[in-house]
Amino acid sequence: MTTIGQNRWLPHVILILGVIVFVFPIYLTLIGSTHSAPVIARGDMPLTPGPHIIENYELALFSGVGDRVRGTPATLLLRNSLFMALAIVIGKILISLLSAFAVVFFEFPLRMFLFWMIFITLMLPVEVRMIPTYAVVSNLGMVNTFAGLTIPLIASATATLLFRQFFLTVPDELVDASQIDGAGPMRFFWSVLLPLSRTNIAALFVIMFIYGWNQYLWPLIVTTSRERETIVIGIVKMIGSGESATDWNMLMAIAVLALLPPVLIIVLMQRWFVKGLVEPEK
Amino acid sequence: MRRRTIFRGKLLPYLLLAPQLAITVVFFFYPAGQAVWQSLLIEDPFGLYSEFVWFENYQIVLSNPLYLEAARVTLIFSVAVTLFAMAPALLLALMADQVIRGSSGYRTLLVWPYAIAPAVAAVLWLFIFHPSIGQVGQGLRALGVPWDYRLDGGQALGLVIFVSAWKQVSYNFLFFLAGLQSIPKTIVEAATVDGATPTRRFVQVIFPLLSPTTFFLLVVNIIYSFFDTFGVIHAITQGGPGRATTTLMYRLYRDGWINLDLGGSSAQSVLLMSAVILLTVIQFRFIERRVHY
Amino acid sequence: MRKITSAFLASLLVVFALGSTAQAQPTEIQFWYALTGPLAEHTLAQVEDFNASQDQFRVVADFTGSYDETMVAAIAAFRAGTAPHIVQMFEVGTATMMYSGAIKPVFELFEETGVPFERDVFLPAVAGYYSLPDGSMMSMPFNSSTAVMWVNDDALTAAGIDPETVSLETWEEVFEVAQQVVDEGGADCGFSMAWPTWTQFEQFSAVHDVPLASLSNGMEGLGAEMMVNSELHVRHIQNLVDARASGAFTYGGRGNAGDGLFVSGECAIVQGSSALFARVDREAEFDWTMHMLPYYEGTPNAPLNSIIGGASLWVMDEPGRTDEEWQGIAEFFAFLATIDQAEKWHVDSGYLPIRFGIYERLMEEGFYDERPHLRIPYEQLTRGEATANSSGIRLGNLPQIRAIIEEEIELAFEGQQTAQQALDNAVERSNVVLRAFERAQR
Repeated sequence: MTTIGQNRWLPHVILILGVIVFVFPIYLTLIGSTHSAPVIARGDMPLTPGPHIIENYELALFSGVGDRVRGTPATLLLRNSLFMALAIVIGKILISLLSAFAVVFFEFPLRMFLFWMIFITLMLPVEVRMIPTYAVVSNLGMVNTFAGLTIPLIASATATLLFRQFFLTVPDELVDASQIDGAGPMRFFWSVLLPLSRTNIAALFVIMFIYGWNQYLWPLIVTTSRERETIVIGIVKMIGSGESATDWNMLMAIAVLALLPPVLIIVLMQRWFVKGLVEPEK
Repeated sequence: MRRRTIFRGKLLPYLLLAPQLAITVVFFFYPAGQAVWQSLLIEDPFGLYSEFVWFENYQIVLSNPLYLEAARVTLIFSVAVTLFAMAPALLLALMADQVIRGSSGYRTLLVWPYAIAPAVAAVLWLFIFHPSIGQVGQGLRALGVPWDYRLDGGQALGLVIFVSAWKQVSYNFLFFLAGLQSIPKTIVEAATVDGATPTRRFVQVIFPLLSPTTFFLLVVNIIYSFFDTFGVIHAITQGGPGRATTTLMYRLYRDGWINLDLGGSSAQSVLLMSAVILLTVIQFRFIERRVHY
Repeated sequence: MRKITSAFLASLLVVFALGSTAQAQPTEIQFWYALTGPLAEHTLAQVEDFNASQDQFRVVADFTGSYDETMVAAIAAFRAGTAPHIVQMFEVGTATMMYSGAIKPVFELFEETGVPFERDVFLPAVAGYYSLPDGSMMSMPFNSSTAVMWVNDDALTAAGIDPETVSLETWEEVFEVAQQVVDEGGADCGFSMAWPTWTQFEQFSAVHDVPLASLSNGMEGLGAEMMVNSELHVRHIQNLVDARASGAFTYGGRGNAGDGLFVSGECAIVQGSSALFARVDREAEFDWTMHMLPYYEGTPNAPLNSIIGGASLWVMDEPGRTDEEWQGIAEFFAFLATIDQAEKWHVDSGYLPIRFGIYERLMEEGFYDERPHLRIPYEQLTRGEATANSSGIRLGNLPQIRAIIEEEIELAFEGQQTAQQALDNAVERSNVVLRAFERAQR
């Protein structure tokens, strides 16, 4: 394929520049995880790795989180975060695929009204409705449960909108063809629509997994039991709240460790990002 | 937007929508309804005393000149964040779509910023831009720029715009890339064979095909800039210096979360929500007409 | 008949057995705390000590986020009927908690449970902050700090000032030294502060024996009005504006942002929390000393005691609490107030000793010889005879008032308004906030 033609290097130059600007803070985190805490806190941190890498990660992995976040070992924090993120992402994608499918491929009374009902949930952040939402979860007896933690976060306006946008681009011919074949709507959904949506599902999976992974406020309020504590709460607990010293070195090391599962998800989802999926010959 | 071909089914679409709607009604509409009800009350935080006051909370909010000042800041802030979050992301996605070697590497690297825990990201930006201890802050001062966002309102606004946009670039990049990669290759190749220059190819072929994604991102980014950025503002400037970075949502967050003024903050959320819904309806009615499906 | 009797006896046995197992099960007391890092560790250590000291009660401590977040969590839980027994709340939330009707006052708790408790052992500056004017204690003092002045001795030396002999007792001297440090290149910044409203208004007013607000800073009722536009306050802010123009003063930002300016060596003198010690100790690469807060020369009755910051423990009331639960809470508090536990807390965490006896004991042991940073805050807090202006602050929506004052003085520092205008605006806007709070508490 002839790329941009005139200049093969231009895309690489722009991408590398982009990576430098956008990944700089991540680089700093990595570098920070190899220095000692005072060096970081004073702002004296050089841009090159320091000598404390093994020590910091050892602390973070073995004694670190286990000790610091008393009684909540790092493995448990990571497991809780992983379960929460997976439940949220899978739930979101499933119910959004179904609702977008209904909105785009059917005609029924109240169609747009119901779509808007889902859509406006974007416009009232959880902080604003925290107290009433907590009351609902409490009335349902779901405080301190996994269901209470995840289900309220599963409704997704963004995912529904994204799939709607994508489904609208699916050529009518495909629908016609499947109707001529006598396939029902669900058959069409499974065998035509889902495979076509792969790149979008992959992108959404990555984004929503990270969304779930980074949830802080809701898990904090709705689960007070240490058994359900997540890695992000573990991190926040280590940041000094104004009056105490922060173990920046360890914090950075744990931030890097907390970054690994999302990165793993990105790498796993890579194979769905294959160009030309719509092409039959590919 | 309507499709030409649809499926028949009376019950099925409702069944498909049911799970999403059930969760939305129970965990969103019911609590949101309570918030609307609260906006008509003056109440103590613990809910032991309350007085029905009709629209007094709204009147208090709207008659405050500082609220209008915050609206002006919000306008500048939101336009800038949306622009700076989307334009670089589109450029990077176009580039990543073109390279053959190393594209998965770039993709992974460019999504990382989104994955870092927000609490850590805010601290990092302070480390980077702090006038005396930050790498970039010190650099700017060494270059003779009087960099001090703690007392320079313009710089403070610029900084929170930059950080808020930065957080969202990964998100936009990934969806632009997904959009680009689902464009059938044959179409782009046909345009190339016709001898279209890269710029023409982008303007006439790729961008129109990408417009559903762009529209999706436009809506999502505007909403993001309104509702999801108060964390950044709280961490970096706390609305200051003066009121230079106090957006409507930050005001709301502070009134509701720190000052525990439930009635006033609920009134503000109802106002803000109505404004954004209106804005979104306008986008769907007028901008979506230009979207090419 | 025998069958019935034996069945009866058997069931009696079962009842007794159940009774004894119920007794073996300790009563759980939920405690939500907001401290992080090493301070969280020390808090948990206190809890574990209590749990180990008896087997009737078990305190379960859970982290619920920052003070703000813990407050919202407690409110949400209270409204839903699942409030914890004890919640740690920062000092600015005192008025909100006290007037809420959602709490059980600590003095009542001790009266009703009969657990022995002496209010008099607590420092007046500590107990007073959390008491009604008649001395009834509303919450349990826990982590208390105060504001002090941190001085970088190396920066002073580099500017040709002898840190051994320098006097930094008055504001005049502080401004002079700060100016000299900058002029002579001892540091880039002479003077700064963290928590601007707390250090420059709340502490400043107490030290100078001037009111921050009417009605004894709000201690005597909800009708208080702000008084921060007095001649002294305006003069002070004007001095800061002038010092900023001449380079002696650098504004460090809201919250704890100013702390970083000290530990990095950027600023020679920084006013901040005494609890900053842990950071200074580990991060500062220079010799430093701790000084008491300065005062303006010629101010009658100054320097007076400073006031506390930090947090206290509140007991949340709720239908369905059992006598055992009240008993457990009271025992836990009484345990924290014992001289050994309170001393351990002071020594481990660096917070102030909240009761009498500790300072004297440690002084005698020579503990403070090497640790003046633990002694000075205490001495500043007990300096002089506390007046209505220096006993504490009880203003509703204090976090919002802090933000309003900071907004207005920032505009003065930027040169957009005069010091007088800034403080007049601050008073006017804060009073609106106070009236709103008053209205919601009826």
